[in-house]
Amino acid sequence: MAGHVLLIEDEPNIIEAIRFILSREGWRVDTHSNGVDAADVVRAKSPDVLILDVMLPGRSGYDILRDLRGAPDTEELPVLMLTARGQNKDREMAERAGASRFMTKPFSNAEVLDAVRSLTVTS
Amino acid sequence: MAKGTLTGSRIRERRVAQAMRQADLAKKAGISASYLNLIEHNRRRIGGKLLLDIAQVLGVEPALLTEGAGATLMASLREAASAVPSAQAELDRVDEFAGRFPGWAEVLSSSQKRISALERSVETLTDRMTHDPHLAASLHEMLSTVTAIRSAASILAEPGDIDPEWQARFHRNIYEDSARLTETSRGLVTYLEADDAEATETGAPQEELDAVLAAAGHYVQDLEEGGTVHSAQKRLGADLSAPARELLGQWLQRYQKDAQAVPKSDLARAIQKHGADPAAVAEHLDADPACVMRRLAAMPEDILPEGVGLAISDASGVLTYRKPLPEFPMPRFGSACPLWPLYRALNRPMVILSHPVVQTGRPGSDLWVDALAVPVGRVAVNRDPLFEAIMLVRPMPTNAPPHEEPLELGSSCRVCARAVCPGRREPSILVAGA
Repeated sequence: MAGHVLLIEDEPNIIEAIRFILSREGWRVDTHSNGVDAADVVRAKSPDVLILDVMLPGRSGYDILRDLRGAPDTEELPVLMLTARGQNKDREMAERAGASRFMTKPFSNAEVLDAVRSLTVTS
Repeated sequence: MAKGTLTGSRIRERRVAQAMRQADLAKKAGISASYLNLIEHNRRRIGGKLLLDIAQVLGVEPALLTEGAGATLMASLREAASAVPSAQAELDRVDEFAGRFPGWAEVLSSSQKRISALERSVETLTDRMTHDPHLAASLHEMLSTVTAIRSAASILAEPGDIDPEWQARFHRNIYEDSARLTETSRGLVTYLEADDAEATETGAPQEELDAVLAAAGHYVQDLEEGGTVHSAQKRLGADLSAPARELLGQWLQRYQKDAQAVPKSDLARAIQKHGADPAAVAEHLDADPACVMRRLAAMPEDILPEGVGLAISDASGVLTYRKPLPEFPMPRFGSACPLWPLYRALNRPMVILSHPVVQTGRPGSDLWVDALAVPVGRVAVNRDPLFEAIMLVRPMPTNAPPHEEPLELGSSCRVCARAVCPGRREPSILVAGA
């Protein structure tokens, strides 16, 4: 059963591709490209799954996630973090910030779909 | 200093190592003890039959006395041995190895230096990969673009129909992203190539500067003759990276000021009277002793035949300038011996600390050091001065006080033979359990 995904990513062509593959599977996809007000947008949109890039203009994905985990209405939100850095310490930082899943660029469409599906199942 | 000019020091070192009195060696070699004393202090050149006779009495190859195996080479060989402790290299025979196989010793020493330099280079590059914001941003952009291309290409390659409008959109995206990827890659290559062209083996500007100064003999003819810093910097720094060129420029500016304050001709006359004693020369010329130390270290052989070493440290203890002597090596990497008067001077600013010294484990390496800490920059209201220390290393003066106990110093903890030392930072490869 598909649901609502919010994608926060600043790369327009990645947004377009992910939006396409998720929409094709029946997901409703909202997008946002700025880190500064990202946490407010998440609270306003109340998605079932959040896909969050780490390097965003204005504010890091880690900071946004820490902010969300500190608020009661988003502390359990399933979050898939996207990053271009796949080092162990980046993975640790994502886990410490509260990421549900962590994915390193470049990833495949199938991986994104699998991750989003698994997050909705586990939640 | 040329290798041959240290023959006397090596004779002395060998003699002391064999616990032979100067008078006994002189007698066996058929010369007076006073003449041998002059030879041992490198004040008389030695060669021919006398060299052969002395070598025979000492039981060594004459070449070992004339060519020697300098302390720097020894330290380097010991470092090489420490890098492979499982090999259990015969450290007690390192001198013999260097004497019998000077070519192989040099090869090993050069390899060790290169390995150290490359290790530093790897550290620098690793650090750059982690912290260089430009590199991180470029890689992030490349990976994001690759991700976008991959996603769009996968969508197009999947079986099944795609709306023509979406198809056209993804084609356009791939075209745009591939063009962006090309530009980002090209920019990254240009950035890395420029960086590579500027980097030296070690990636450390100070190392580059050291190499240039060593090649120039720490002497800048242009500035001695009234030339400009710009021309000297252009001549000496042609192959340097931008940071190293900047360091060279700062060094040349100070050299120029020093040369103007203490001209070579005046210094030469003072040296004739006082030798390389910086306090005496400074008093004679009514000059700043720190400036005189730097000037002494810059003098070529025709002015100061015996040569002197010089180390300058900032307030953190980092050596910012090093001109080692063969019998007084200065570590290229890491910190020097904490017992050096250079560091003690930082505790007693504006006082010249003047002592005889001997290198630990190297009998016969009798030298004299003068150290002084002076403020850097101008005096300012309500601001504590920042100090730097300078230390001149010179041959034992002939008028040295006879009974003063020499300070026993090392080069760095790693290759120091001193068994017990309050300043030891790390175990020595020369002392079991140190």
